[in-house]
Amino acid sequence: MYYEEPGARESLGLRTPKHEDLFHSHPEYKVERDDAKCIRCLCCVRQCPYETTFYDPMRNVVYDVHSNCVNCKRCEVMCPTQAIEIKKWGCGFRENHHWKFRDYGAAYKQSDTGAVVLTGLGNDNPYMSYFDRMVLDASQVTNPSIDPLREPMELRTYIGRKMENLEDFGKESFQEYPNILAEVPIAFAPMSFGAISLNFQKGMAAAAQELGTFFNTGEGGLHEDLLPYKDNAIVQVASGRFGVSKRYLMNSAACEIKIGQGAKPGIGGHLPGEKVTAEISKTRMIPEGSDAISPAPQHDIYSIEDLRLLIYAIKEATEYTRPVSVKIAAVHNVAAIASGIVRAGADIIVVDGFRGGTGAAPKIIRDHVGIPLEVALAAVDERLRREKIRHMASIIATGGIRSSADVVKAIALGADVVYIGTAAMLSAGCTLCQQCHRGKCAWGITTNRPDLLARLPVEMAKERAINLVKGWSREVKEMLGLMGLNSIESLRGNRLKLRGVGLTKLELETLGIRQAGV
Amino acid sequence: MSISKENSLFPDPRVRSPYNERDSAACGLIGFINKDRQRVSGEVIRKAITNQHDRGNGLGGGFAGYGIYPQFKDLYALHLMYDKDNAISEVEDILRKNLSVVHQEIIPHKATKAIHSHPFFKRYFVDVPLAAHGDRHTPDDYMVKIVLGINEKIDGAFVISSGKNMGAFKGVGFPEEIADFFGLEQYEGYIWTAHNRFPTNTPGWWGGAHPFSILDWSIVHNGEISSYGINFRFIDTHGYPCTMMTDTEVVTYIMDFLVRKHKLSFVDACSVMAPPFWKDIDAMPEEKRHKFRLLRATYGSASLNGPFAFLFGFNGGLIALNDRVKLRPLVVGRKGKTVYIASEEASIREICPGLDSIHAPHAGQPTIEYLDEEKK
Ligand code: SF4
Ligand code: SF4
Ligand code: SF4
Repeated sequence: MYYEEPGARESLGLRTPKHEDLFHSHPEYKVERDDAKCIRCLCCVRQCPYETTFYDPMRNVVYDVHSNCVNCKRCEVMCPTQAIEIKKWGCGFRENHHWKFRDYGAAYKQSDTGAVVLTGLGNDNPYMSYFDRMVLDASQVTNPSIDPLREPMELRTYIGRKMENLEDFGKESFQEYPNILAEVPIAFAPMSFGAISLNFQKGMAAAAQELGTFFNTGEGGLHEDLLPYKDNAIVQVASGRFGVSKRYLMNSAACEIKIGQGAKPGIGGHLPGEKVTAEISKTRMIPEGSDAISPAPQHDIYSIEDLRLLIYAIKEATEYTRPVSVKIAAVHNVAAIASGIVRAGADIIVVDGFRGGTGAAPKIIRDHVGIPLEVALAAVDERLRREKIRHMASIIATGGIRSSADVVKAIALGADVVYIGTAAMLSAGCTLCQQCHRGKCAWGITTNRPDLLARLPVEMAKERAINLVKGWSREVKEMLGLMGLNSIESLRGNRLKLRGVGLTKLELETLGIRQAGV
Repeated sequence: MSISKENSLFPDPRVRSPYNERDSAACGLIGFINKDRQRVSGEVIRKAITNQHDRGNGLGGGFAGYGIYPQFKDLYALHLMYDKDNAISEVEDILRKNLSVVHQEIIPHKATKAIHSHPFFKRYFVDVPLAAHGDRHTPDDYMVKIVLGINEKIDGAFVISSGKNMGAFKGVGFPEEIADFFGLEQYEGYIWTAHNRFPTNTPGWWGGAHPFSILDWSIVHNGEISSYGINFRFIDTHGYPCTMMTDTEVVTYIMDFLVRKHKLSFVDACSVMAPPFWKDIDAMPEEKRHKFRLLRATYGSASLNGPFAFLFGFNGGLIALNDRVKLRPLVVGRKGKTVYIASEEASIREICPGLDSIHAPHAGQPTIEYLDEEKK
């Protein structure tokens, strides 16, 4: 049973809906409350950040404005008597395979405001996943599988430009390139302070330190609290140049130039004003409450030559002690672009697929621009190898890595390391509600509102992130072992360990893998 | 399979496996080196490998002998296998145009009861004219190009070995049958290796037997390299077209690449192929740690993962290497100036009952034995 009685809105000072309001109040979810179980503790009222749940003390009734519910599940989880169940609202509109809620919901919203519809997280459309069409090999008879519980199993990976040969080793002229060492082939994806909470960022930073891997500041600068973790930080330089200084560049393990993001190729970062608190304004060096919208391109990079200048400006500033990474969105032609980037001097290239998440992006772009990580990665690795420049840069794959199996498949396609973003948020309790852009995350992940932030203690974020990466690493080791391998470098680019199921000949060729059964 | 070429994933005419798939095999092997360059008859190695009869299934046997052509010791000895008649003139055309052929003859071979259908074998003793290789290539590089060219392009011809003062003899059959087929007892060498093969998926092609050889390098191998997929891509993009999809081919090319092209010592090349674990590297003294870290980080794609034991012969000596967790057997016996290396101790004892010592090398620890004068 639930209550939304006539007059309830007025008693709380809310308007009675008018005709035009109806356009955007077709609810998607329904908060179903079992009144017999409800003890009126009002926990749900306090917990809901999206103005969905209210209490009328006059009548001792808890009621909901269902159209505001985003299905973040916070109330459901927190209700002490498990009285709440969030359901899909009714039957929706008349069945229509062409017009989905995503379309008409957005159209209604836009007819109200004339604005671009924003969203958070990654592309949620039913595009085919190549990860799900690839299966792994295992050893049987002719070569033994290796037992990771009893034998050493190595995940260590050096990230950065490698030597072409070691002929000069030992001579004075021998010059090494800076490399950073990841004990696990999984690092945390760029997520800026502002887009995410300081607690979540600190949690990842501390987890990265303990795991021997890296977190990435995103383009939001490095908050002072993160200085103890600087040796595990990849600091980003994006088109907004927020918080960039020589000191910032030096407080790092590596520096990363962000050209593009898988969730929104071709446009810049977007931090809605609602999320710009005092702390963020300090770190980013921008006024409180102002939208922080990074330019679409970097305005000093209009060509590959310009990128080279920026790469070397950073190398000069850091006195050639840091590998410089360049992150691009997976787009058509990505192989040629990557080759140019490596020749321009990048030591690391990050390929971000179209499933990659975002703190805020225009929904239309998130859902329609870019290409799948799997094919982009396969193309980039193959091109760099064919041009004999693969050793000049490590490849980091990101954008939609959901499990250790995706990690293994990405590495077999040619990645050195993967970044995880959404998966890291899941470790902190994210329920994939896609409201990150609103700055009200019910789980304290993508908000800096103090009351919501308090929901995610740093220690908890850290522990859970560590657990997730450890769990995945164990699984990666299991998979290596069953393939008869005991070090990650023997998996990297080893596409014979992959087979395609249900792919066309052209898709198999693009991925550089064979059909299952042959 | 050649991922980097067009049509890569689908039947590739260059690939000799009838199934266009990678060869995997388990095997027995033995080799020995007389460091004092004392030459002994091929009969000895035949006897030793026959002891390991049960490690093969009759689908491949082969031998490599060093020091067997003293009369032509400064010329490249090309062992050619032909299974199509017209290939002979095509190959001889190439040889005539690019090399100076000093001597050529049929490699004596005779059908036996066990081996009745077989290819035709010839050998050519050739020199590389200075004008041909110029200053840009060494004669060795030039030879490699010609050998790979013949193997890749001429249908029905295959270069079995191409080194100086050495040769490979191999085919489909048990090794003792192959030895009889070629009359191995008539050759005398100071290094011999032998191989008994148990292929699971490449029946019937003589070129697929071990040893695999290029220049004076020959390899016999027991195992299945699980990292083949990346080793192959690595070496393929460095200019070694892999036509046979066998582990031996890839291992030989990687060795050639590391030692000849990238100037690593044999010891370093072995630690690239069977790298120490990071925990052991971390425990090394600073300078050594630095070097091993670099070797692994630089040549990770060339490291061989999975079970293997191989014997690697060359004009200066004999090398044996096991995988880093020792998933295949390998024992080393010594007697005076002779070092024996084999899958099974029994086959060493078969030809040398009174060994001075015998031991099983540790996982990933190379055994490198040089001929006396050539010590580096
Ligand atoms: S949290 Fe549960 S018990 Fe408490 S008021 Fe809400 S529905 Fe009722
Ligand atoms: S807390 Fe979340 S799930 Fe619960 S009513 Fe509010 S928006 Fe809906
Ligand atoms: S981070 Fe928060 S707002 Fe974003 S999807 Fe997850 S739960 Fe929702």
